[in-house]
Amino acid sequence: MTDFTQLGVKQIRDGVAGGDFTAREVAESFNAAVAAAAELNAFIVTTPDHALAAADATDAKRAKGEDLGKMGGVPIGMKDLFATKGVQTTAASHILEGFKPEYESTVSQKLWDAGAGMLGKLNLDQFAMGSSNETSYFGNVNSPWKKAGTNAAMSPGGSSGGSSSAVAARIAPAATGTDTGGSIRQPAAFTGICGIKPTYGRCSRWGVVAFASSLDQAGPMARSVEDCAIMLEAMAGFDPKDATSLQMDVPNWEAALSADLKGKKVGIPREYRMDGTDQAILDSWEQGKAMLRDAGAEIVDVSLPHTKYALPAYYIIAPAEASSNLARYDGVRYGLRDLPEGAGLQDMYAATRAAGFGDEVKRRVLIGTYVLSAGFYDAYYTQAQKIRTLVAQDFEKAFEQCDVILAPTTPTASFPLGSLNDDPLTMYLNDVFAVPASLAGLPAMSVPATINSDGLPLGLQLVGKPFDEQGVLNAGLAIQQRAGFEAQPEKWW
Amino acid sequence: MSTYRIQGATGEWEVVIGLEVHAQVTSNAKLFSGASTAFGAEPNTQVSLVDAAMPGMLPVPNRECIRQAVRTGMAIEAQINKWSRFDRKNYFYADLPQGYQISQLYHPIVGEGALHIEADEKAGIPEDKIIGIERIHVEQDAGKLMHDQHPTMSYVDLNRVGIALMEIVSKPDMRSPAEAGAYVRKLRSILRYVGSCDGNMEEGSMRADVNVSVRRPGEEFGTRTETKNVNSVRFVMQVIEYEANRQVDVIENGGTVDQETRLFDPNTGTTRTMRSKEDAHDYRYFPDPDLLPLELEDSFIEDCRASLPELPDAKRARYENELGLTPYNARELTAEVETFGRFETLLAATAAKIGKPEAKVATQVANWALSVAPGVAKSLGDEADMANATAEAQASILAMQDKGEISGGQAKEIYEFVLKDGGDPEAIADEKGLKQVSDTGAIEAAIDEILANNEDKVEQYRGGKDKLFGFFVGQTMKAMQGKANPAVVNQILKAKLDG
Repeated sequence: MTDFTQLGVKQIRDGVAGGDFTAREVAESFNAAVAAAAELNAFIVTTPDHALAAADATDAKRAKGEDLGKMGGVPIGMKDLFATKGVQTTAASHILEGFKPEYESTVSQKLWDAGAGMLGKLNLDQFAMGSSNETSYFGNVNSPWKKAGTNAAMSPGGSSGGSSSAVAARIAPAATGTDTGGSIRQPAAFTGICGIKPTYGRCSRWGVVAFASSLDQAGPMARSVEDCAIMLEAMAGFDPKDATSLQMDVPNWEAALSADLKGKKVGIPREYRMDGTDQAILDSWEQGKAMLRDAGAEIVDVSLPHTKYALPAYYIIAPAEASSNLARYDGVRYGLRDLPEGAGLQDMYAATRAAGFGDEVKRRVLIGTYVLSAGFYDAYYTQAQKIRTLVAQDFEKAFEQCDVILAPTTPTASFPLGSLNDDPLTMYLNDVFAVPASLAGLPAMSVPATINSDGLPLGLQLVGKPFDEQGVLNAGLAIQQRAGFEAQPEKWW
Repeated sequence: MSTYRIQGATGEWEVVIGLEVHAQVTSNAKLFSGASTAFGAEPNTQVSLVDAAMPGMLPVPNRECIRQAVRTGMAIEAQINKWSRFDRKNYFYADLPQGYQISQLYHPIVGEGALHIEADEKAGIPEDKIIGIERIHVEQDAGKLMHDQHPTMSYVDLNRVGIALMEIVSKPDMRSPAEAGAYVRKLRSILRYVGSCDGNMEEGSMRADVNVSVRRPGEEFGTRTETKNVNSVRFVMQVIEYEANRQVDVIENGGTVDQETRLFDPNTGTTRTMRSKEDAHDYRYFPDPDLLPLELEDSFIEDCRASLPELPDAKRARYENELGLTPYNARELTAEVETFGRFETLLAATAAKIGKPEAKVATQVANWALSVAPGVAKSLGDEADMANATAEAQASILAMQDKGEISGGQAKEIYEFVLKDGGDPEAIADEKGLKQVSDTGAIEAAIDEILANNEDKVEQYRGGKDKLFGFFVGQTMKAMQGKANPAVVNQILKAKLDG
């Protein structure tokens, strides 16, 4: 009997469509795998009935000879940042514990419309703030990977750590992620899977709990470039309910996938050679260059001179927006309310938010409030916006010389949970290579490259021109075919 | 130059006034959500997911609200900014679900403009004046707290949350309560002409923040106070009067005016401190990242301009120059949308009925509309059913008068019957015998009798005592029971006496 949990999106979709197996068999297998993987703590809630109902609907359609959709028969994990109608949506926070929306986010609705089903709501860093999945109110997520020779719990990355852990552990063939400053790419790199953040505006933000509105983008996380292409097609598209949504048709990325890079130029940004980057990462970068050259591409040096300012600018802009976006969690209309005896309105705000937000969320709300306050606004926020413009211009110039940029996804491999808790700045450095593309709104993807000497996965990042997800996916495919990354975490859960 | 001065113990003080008027945009839906804007609905029945600031909800600008703001800008001859942007004004309050108001601080949609107020000696405005307008921006309204529903808690009604407001900010160009009153009235009139705000101050569709300071005439501006949410023209004027005198007292007693936000108490006509500068919020304005900058296309701007109606100043000039109305009549008729609307309908109906150009009958119609008709309605009080005051009926009365079939007095009488019971004025005139006699035979007979009975007076008249002509007219009218057409009477008398 086939072990369905080893199958990816494309294999499941094609197998169900071709009658090799039923969607229900697949859903049952994954439901069982999810139930058996509680130790990963990847899910906040599981929704086996949702997955089964969607599977049955797909099987029924097949029986009637109807179109099964782009994701027909594929059960997925849904990051708990997406509002799902009638299913608890928390952003991994206490303040939204028990909150069941009366609406479905545009992206999740599109996935259901495309035939996917939901295995459950995936754990994440609280309000998507974090790079290790240690800020969730519902506990850390464990990576399925272990550092060779140790039994320490490893970070699956963040904020989409539930997503990366679940996909890497084969308890979900794919999952949604969101990426504000690397939250899809860094966890993908840490767990040996693929993840793409499309151009800002490709996926609707409607119904996604906001962290930093000008940066937040949803995207797929899966084990192959093909699977990402398929799922992104299902997720993307113009949404009149999101004023920043791109009014463009969704290309048929899957059909146009090609690992032949003849005539393409791949840029290598010299500023990404930073102190503190693991030698193994630098080595894998070299290997990546060789693979793309082998695929027919020409390798060119490019410069992104403002790279070193990107991370500080990000840590002003994102908290500034977050401090305002999170003001709505005030205990008045929904979610947690802490009303001490005799308390007035201000006391209720203070008590509710003190109890409802975790430390990292509070840290960022404080930073954001500070940088927007009178007298500091120009020094921080205005400067950061100028840097953002310069970073975007860097990319524009670089893309005059190349079609796609190759860089590491992260400066290091995964680290043990708890090892960076007292050092937020080092934690923030995890996203140093991911943040520039976020500031510029560019499509960017992480693909698995190799396993380091500790037995941990390393990823490579591809950054494309605006709207050129295809170029990113194609270069990713070229690496995937040559890297031959087939390592799997050993099951310990 | 305004001559309004506060007479202090140490001399004269001039008052400097600027107004920020919040006008609710006339639109079926809110500024960033599809929820309805109707007034007076049950609490929390007109609230969308966006208005309630549910997680993940996003604002999408309502084109109609933007259009109304642009049209308003054009009506005050302001610069229309083709590129503007929304900012968030952050503060916590229970009537503000998002925790921020979406407004436009840095780049408003409408830039500098101007509003003309007319001289009004009686009101204390010696000459025409132009009041500068700094800007108009659009923003969301907040909800409403209800403190009388529960002994220890306040309830929140979110119906008003997210309704579009225009904030119209004047320059500190006004110098007297009268000027400020004229400014608000004129602004209200323009908004109502344009149709961008219903101007209903009682329902809160229009309210003003009143900035007042005092100074020695010609010197630098003093420190200002801002009195919030004043909701009638009279109150605006009261606030200025009270604040100016209060500030003069403070300064003359050796104190300094604090820059602060104040509240007006309509019951006492006074203002009191709401919060001082030290307590002022830090609103942490920044561009709303959920919204792209607002870029207006040329075609959109052209459509807005093409849809503008004739505005008060232009209409007034046309009434004077083309219709030949007096400046007083022209001003009265153009002050309110309803007034000129009724007038123009009646004018058209009357001109059509009589078969003359509008300009030939405009004065008659204006006098009727401004003085005669309201006088009749007022004298009837509750007996008048204004639903009967149709343009058709009034035009019919005016046409009979124009043709000499009825006198002015008869016109009023007929109109009385029309207002009370409705009906066709011509039929009423016939039925009630309210028509002038233009039958020369009957009039001639009456005159012959009067002349025969007053031979002495006829002699005197013919001897040069012209004034006696009035006597003969009076006698004739009396004999005819007031129903003779005076013009015919004059003509026949003249012929018989002078002939």
